Amino acid sequence: MPVKGQIASGPLLAVSNLTKLFGSFAACDAINLHIEPGEIHALLGENGAGKSTLVKMLFGVLAPTAGEILWMGDNVRITSPGDARKLGIGMVFQHFSLFEALTVAENIALSMDRSISLARVAEEAARLSRVYGLPLDPNAHVADLSVGERQRIEIVRALLQNPQLIILDEPTSVLTPQEADRLFETLLKLKAEGRSVLYISHRLEEVQRLCDRATVLRHGKVTGACDPRAETPASLARMMVGNDVAVVTPEGTSTTGDVQLEACHLSVAARTPFAVSLKDVSLKVRAGEVLAIAGVAGNGQSELFDALSGEYPVADDNAVQIRQKPVGTKNINARRLMGAGFVPEERHGHAAVSSLSLSDNLVLARNQSDRRAFLGGGFLKIIRQGAVKAAARRISAAMDVRKSGEDPPAGSLSGGNLQKFIVGRELDRQPAVLVVNQPTWGVDAGAASRIRQALVDLAKAGSAVLVISQDLDEIFEVATEIAVISEGRLSDPYPARELSREKIGLLMGGMHGKTEGAGAAHAH
Amino acid sequence: MGIVEAILLSVITAATPLVLAAAGELVAERSGVLNLGVEGMMIMGAVCAFAATQLSGSPYIGVLAGIAAGALFSLLFGFLTLTLVANQVATGLALTLLGLGVSGMLGESFLGMQGIKLQPIAVPLLSQVPFIGPLLFRQDAIFYLSIAIVAGIHWFLFRTRSGLKLRAVGDSHGSAHALGVDVIRTRYLAVLFGGACAGLAGAQLSLVYTPQWVENMSAGRGWIALALVVFASWRPWRVVAGGYLFGAVSISQLHAQAFGIGIPSQFLSSLPYMATIVVLILISHNRRMTLINTPASLGKPFVPDR
Repeated sequence: MPVKGQIASGPLLAVSNLTKLFGSFAACDAINLHIEPGEIHALLGENGAGKSTLVKMLFGVLAPTAGEILWMGDNVRITSPGDARKLGIGMVFQHFSLFEALTVAENIALSMDRSISLARVAEEAARLSRVYGLPLDPNAHVADLSVGERQRIEIVRALLQNPQLIILDEPTSVLTPQEADRLFETLLKLKAEGRSVLYISHRLEEVQRLCDRATVLRHGKVTGACDPRAETPASLARMMVGNDVAVVTPEGTSTTGDVQLEACHLSVAARTPFAVSLKDVSLKVRAGEVLAIAGVAGNGQSELFDALSGEYPVADDNAVQIRQKPVGTKNINARRLMGAGFVPEERHGHAAVSSLSLSDNLVLARNQSDRRAFLGGGFLKIIRQGAVKAAARRISAAMDVRKSGEDPPAGSLSGGNLQKFIVGRELDRQPAVLVVNQPTWGVDAGAASRIRQALVDLAKAGSAVLVISQDLDEIFEVATEIAVISEGRLSDPYPARELSREKIGLLMGGMHGKTEGAGAAHAH
Repeated sequence: MGIVEAILLSVITAATPLVLAAAGELVAERSGVLNLGVEGMMIMGAVCAFAATQLSGSPYIGVLAGIAAGALFSLLFGFLTLTLVANQVATGLALTLLGLGVSGMLGESFLGMQGIKLQPIAVPLLSQVPFIGPLLFRQDAIFYLSIAIVAGIHWFLFRTRSGLKLRAVGDSHGSAHALGVDVIRTRYLAVLFGGACAGLAGAQLSLVYTPQWVENMSAGRGWIALALVVFASWRPWRVVAGGYLFGAVSISQLHAQAFGIGIPSQFLSSLPYMATIVVLILISHNRRMTLINTPASLGKPFVPDR
């Protein structure tokens, strides 16, 4: 095993002192890294550590400010993705770079430099997808495909170039555990063929299972290079975060309270062709518990949030009940007035207006529910700036929101800090019912731990908390009970202690307790 | 020549500039650029075609001048919106106003001059076929070009790799850039093509439709062409169908007056826009088809993060 700093004979790719500046901010600061032929190399780091910036430079999407890239010992300048592909570097993006309006074959043809007919591309794609166990229909429109299928297109597209190095950016964040297992098989097959893989992730378990070596980034710098199998998750996490992250447990929550939030046979038709319809969803959240809803993205989570929050009221008033009162046809403000709080998935443009200040965003969310505190002048409804600013300060202090200045625009905060503010904005009201969709998506570990602890604390204080999340680690940290959503159907709830990851994975794939036997044939 | 043939001939003449301008704009929009300056590019094409014909004596030189004028004018739009990343809607509107003004100035000395008409070319044999022959095969070069251009656009967009790249740029410019497609270059070429087509449409107006120069002679056809692209839901052959429908509607104004049918001409001239609204409502019912055909990054500026 080569030691850090000592370059073994003939690395496939070596990077020395690679730096990328955005203004005066160093997204990547003198990165050194080398990848051997036939190894799976992990690039570990939190959001914003510089992983994506680094691979964008390797793939020619961003131009480095300084430093060198050596490919098979030669100093190369990669100025476009075409250059990278010619060298033999393939890339599977985190946010898929697919064209929804085009077919699978057309999408694949786009990344081919040579002029081959579409029919040939389709044939070749079909052959590769068989060899690597990635079933695909070349003539399907991408818009109609699931996330897992879309990722297969990206992988087949990269493989068609016959690359020596394949870069995967957070590939499992959108997959069920079973789909992830299949991906790992494919990657091991590639490794056996002598190809190298650069595997970007923040999931320590996967990295330990799959990768031969790891390079850890923090704040744009390399903070460690190691054999992940020789490390513990705690030691890897310390390299990533810089200090120990507080562990959150659902200890102290219970399911003995009164039902505060209920959905009864909630069915909602899909609003758009790419939306999912909700089918007969029933759930109960009791005071003092956290019910977590697990599931792969795009299985009805946002539709469920819309129906529960009243962003899109439903036809049947009884289908949603808050504190035992029917609210199905009521809008979000009416539900807030009944003591409920809601945190949607998208921070920018949904939970917050990026260009407005934090205090303005506070008034936007709570001008009805807290009108006595925030609005004055009778029917004129003049904003009481002092009261609003004080509340914004209180929230920032309670959630440790780090910001520049007293009342900066929401868009100037980092993702984690803005998310802390948005969750804090609801917690500050001490809602009896809180519904949160993807509470820590794209948030660094420190902020995520803080937000999760706040959710558990709220339940312990006697509120009913519903968390919708794709992150199984998060779910096990906060949940008293867990239900799984798949294709718009919700499973029965299970006590979190009794549920294994494997069982959740099967439920995610569509095998429901309710529809025994029928779901087993649901192959994606 | 019977009355039916005469009416159909006039419909073809009225529809050709609409088809040409809309086909060009379709390519620009498929690449994600919304150029509202069609009217301006068209009128520039009209005045330059007329002037060049007068000065050279050859309407074919005029046709080339019209194409060049439209393309050059669209280059200005491209520079402002693609290189300087100005707002596409505002720039397009400004281009129309600028075109109307500049063309009036350029054309002042040509006002009232006797024009030279672009003569029809009879296709051997086919022009002898009764009814269809005189209608479709004894036409001027611009008519033949308009059909060839639409066929070419269809083939280009859906059968060639470059066309695929152009559609990809219009669907998601970020992804296209990540794949190594030169987004700005693709859009420049699409805008230039759109401008050339609009210029050719203008040349048709001043060399075929009414062979003379009159200020504002495009008379809102650029706007109809823009509506036509949406009407056709960004499919080339539907532009032809829609163009001939809209052409027929505008001709029916004249014939209705001639026959003394009391439909207000304002109502008839508003028909294309109303038809577009109806079509928009109809196609929006099939959201999936709309999403697959509509260029998703239409009108959005692209700035690579380098």
